Amino acid sequence: MSEHHHKETFVTKYIFSQDHKMISKQFLVTGIIMGVIGVFMSMLFRLQIAWPERSFSIIEAFLGHHQTDGVMDPDMYLALVTIHGTIMVFFVLTAGLSGTFSNLLIPLQIGARDMASGFMNMISYWLFFISSVIMVISLFVEAGPASAGWTIYPPLSALPQAIPGSGLGMTLWLVSMAIFVASSLIGSLNYIVTILNLRTKGMKMTRLPLTMWAFFITAIIGVVSFPVLLSAALLLIFDRSFGTSFYLSDIFISGEVLHYQGGSPVLFEHLFWFLGHPEVYIVLLPALGITSEVIATNSRKPIFGYRAMVGSIMAIAFLSTIVWGHHMFISGMNPFLGSVFTFTTLLIAIPSAVKAFNYITTLWKGNLQMNPAMLFSIGLVSTFITGGLTGIVLGDSALDINVHDTYFVVAHFHLVMGVSAIYGMYAGIYHWFPKMYGRMMDKTLGYWHFWITAIAAYGVFFPMHFIGLAGLPRRYYSNTAFPLFEDLADVNIVITLFAILGGLAQIIFLINFFLSIYRGKKATQNPWNSTTLEWTTPVEAIHGNWPGKIPSVERWAYDYSKPGYEEDFVPQNVPLKEGEEES
Amino acid sequence: MLALFYIFIAVAVGLGIWQLNRLSSYKQVILNNDKGEPVNAIAKSEENPVATEKDNDIHGKFFLIFLIGFYLLMTYCLFFMNDIMLPESASVEGENDDNLFLITFILIGVVQFATQFLLFYFSFKYRGINNRKALFYADSHKLELIWTTIPTIVLTALIGYGLYTWNDVMDLSDAEDPLVVEVYAQQFNWQARYAGADNTLGRGNVRNIKDINTIGIDMTDANSADDIPVRELHLPKGRKIVFKFRSQDVLHSAYMPHFRAQMNCVPGMVTEFGFTPKFTTQEMRVQEETVRKVNGINKLRKAKGEDPYEFDYLLLCNKICGASHYNMQMKIVVEEEADFYSWLKQQKTITELVN
Repeated sequence: MSEHHHKETFVTKYIFSQDHKMISKQFLVTGIIMGVIGVFMSMLFRLQIAWPERSFSIIEAFLGHHQTDGVMDPDMYLALVTIHGTIMVFFVLTAGLSGTFSNLLIPLQIGARDMASGFMNMISYWLFFISSVIMVISLFVEAGPASAGWTIYPPLSALPQAIPGSGLGMTLWLVSMAIFVASSLIGSLNYIVTILNLRTKGMKMTRLPLTMWAFFITAIIGVVSFPVLLSAALLLIFDRSFGTSFYLSDIFISGEVLHYQGGSPVLFEHLFWFLGHPEVYIVLLPALGITSEVIATNSRKPIFGYRAMVGSIMAIAFLSTIVWGHHMFISGMNPFLGSVFTFTTLLIAIPSAVKAFNYITTLWKGNLQMNPAMLFSIGLVSTFITGGLTGIVLGDSALDINVHDTYFVVAHFHLVMGVSAIYGMYAGIYHWFPKMYGRMMDKTLGYWHFWITAIAAYGVFFPMHFIGLAGLPRRYYSNTAFPLFEDLADVNIVITLFAILGGLAQIIFLINFFLSIYRGKKATQNPWNSTTLEWTTPVEAIHGNWPGKIPSVERWAYDYSKPGYEEDFVPQNVPLKEGEEES
Repeated sequence: MLALFYIFIAVAVGLGIWQLNRLSSYKQVILNNDKGEPVNAIAKSEENPVATEKDNDIHGKFFLIFLIGFYLLMTYCLFFMNDIMLPESASVEGENDDNLFLITFILIGVVQFATQFLLFYFSFKYRGINNRKALFYADSHKLELIWTTIPTIVLTALIGYGLYTWNDVMDLSDAEDPLVVEVYAQQFNWQARYAGADNTLGRGNVRNIKDINTIGIDMTDANSADDIPVRELHLPKGRKIVFKFRSQDVLHSAYMPHFRAQMNCVPGMVTEFGFTPKFTTQEMRVQEETVRKVNGINKLRKAKGEDPYEFDYLLLCNKICGASHYNMQMKIVVEEEADFYSWLKQQKTITELVN
């Protein structure tokens, strides 16, 4: 396809590129940079939690006037947890994960030359870039960045009198998120259209690899729920700047009554969580999709229960849009609604259980190849189960009363969506690095990275459940105001030590990633002996993906160790033998 | 808990030393640089970037070790951290909650131990061997039916019990002669108001806040006259309390962990919650679990040279509300009904305070 080999300048190749593979790398590198910032922030506030009000030179060096002699201010503590949450959830695990792998894999795995609209794809990245820049700039605002928690509940987020971060910092946060939503929507629409319309010959929906199903459904959830966040943010901007009362009513602050009347913060909570909960699955489903692929390839076995896996993705996606109220059991909404949301929430455990069991069964009687990607995938299944099970406690309204907003919640969601999604992202990077850069990442560094991370992650988040059960609320600058919590101080120190260990382990990854781009061993065309179409493209990536005709698809994606074949994998473009049945 | 970390550090150091052996796989070689001059360099013997049989073996075994370590961590957290947990529920309604919690925890505990075992044991057992072919096993409707149905049945039971408990706690309509108490939140402290002899709270709105009337009681409402604003919450034992929550500025959450009670305080609306205190503060102080926890705390305090701590019920803020969120608390005293009324009688009504 020579028409795809038009002349490229530095600018069109590396900056305003419309090639999905380059855009995916742009998303990944931006995501990694944001990830470094987000993780570093967590190190700073973990120091404060473990050793409250003790002086640290690292805090003095980084927090400017938001610290006194190395002790961080309470407002800055809240700002750090807020921005840590925002960056990790949206910038790393939504854009960094979906943006990277949807872009890289959708055209390659369905057999398309590029995305449906390369131009919109480019716009999607650049909007994401602008929103990242604004978010980073907000860190340098005089009064501090947004600090009302990543959920930015008004009135706290609406009134600068209530917290200094709700001034310019909050404005920048809202602008950044509005642009982010636009980026995400443009990206998602592109993914949906591409998967529906640009599949190669023979690539029926029922032959799509599970990664494709996961990205496809994720994009649909995004399109359904992200606009609601945008409207919530816009109404908040109205309340903040134009004197409307969507969320505010009857407020007395700094010695005066404000004019707001008739609004309700509960409305904001509904709008926010209508995105906020599906967001969990926007983060998690791509990670599970990647894991399905990596586990099947490295077990040398078909993924167990392909149809059930697709069905559970759909069930999870559908249910995810009707469970948002479980974040609001004690918000003051009608208790009857609480009952309904308990019911729908616990239903989500069923497709989740099916997925977990199917992964485990895929391992059974496999021939497991312990590549770093495989280790992270197994790690993901473990944290997904651990974190998912505590969801049964939190989704039950009667139990939620007592653990709501405690460290139990923090431990739960970090395991089930934070650590799991990050593991999925790492699995994806180790697995598809050869496809991105034509080179391999170092295996030994990958092993060290995984084991230290795995130990640190459980060291941080498993004990954290129990300080939550002991009643410790989240987002406390210091626990010294309550003698009741004094016996939890030791546990908090251990958690911080593990957190620092885990943070340092990521340096191994960074070194491995950036060195391998230039120094990694040259990759072969299909290093993992995988069946999917992306491994039929040449090692040196080209515009248009395949030099000649796009291969047509003859079978499903999981013919690993199929009886009747000598090799333990049969690529999707190999025609069925006479009399061979498709699984 | 710190000891556990030190053990872990020791193991990590051991592993590090062991890994130093790997240095022997590096050898000194002489390479030519770009200009063709010889330079000393360290090279590693060529390595396969894809997992080898040896890698599979090592990491399969690591997964087994990891499983054992994880089991130890879970066992430690589940059984040896009991001393720092909250004592049994101090409210009647909280008992159901504690039961439901126990059942749920046993259930998810069993599932957790079993599935983690399967996951890591399979990772170990089926670690790759060259020339072995995996079993082509793509589907089994029977198995899938099993692990769809069992969770469904178990969850249905849990949902049923959960909803029963939830309604029990949240439904305040059947409470006989409850004591009505308003809890009022502002950055960063709590106040409370008793309804007085008529047991009906007068209307409140922030627009009425003036001087000593700090919580905006509407003095034109006849029900307000006998209302009693206070800064320390006293509750009678054995009487259903119906709380009405208000906030004057931002969202707060009234969290009373010992009573298994929590409700957000929302500016512009009144939220509700109710429970019946079961133990007086005095009774709770001598309760076995409380004594154990307090002793543990006091041991730490003594080491730091601080005064011993005495147990009290607390109301704390559990919704991010600003800089001093971490120190927004109010003491709760539960006492026998007679003591409660004699305390209440000493408090001034709003009418007495204003005039």
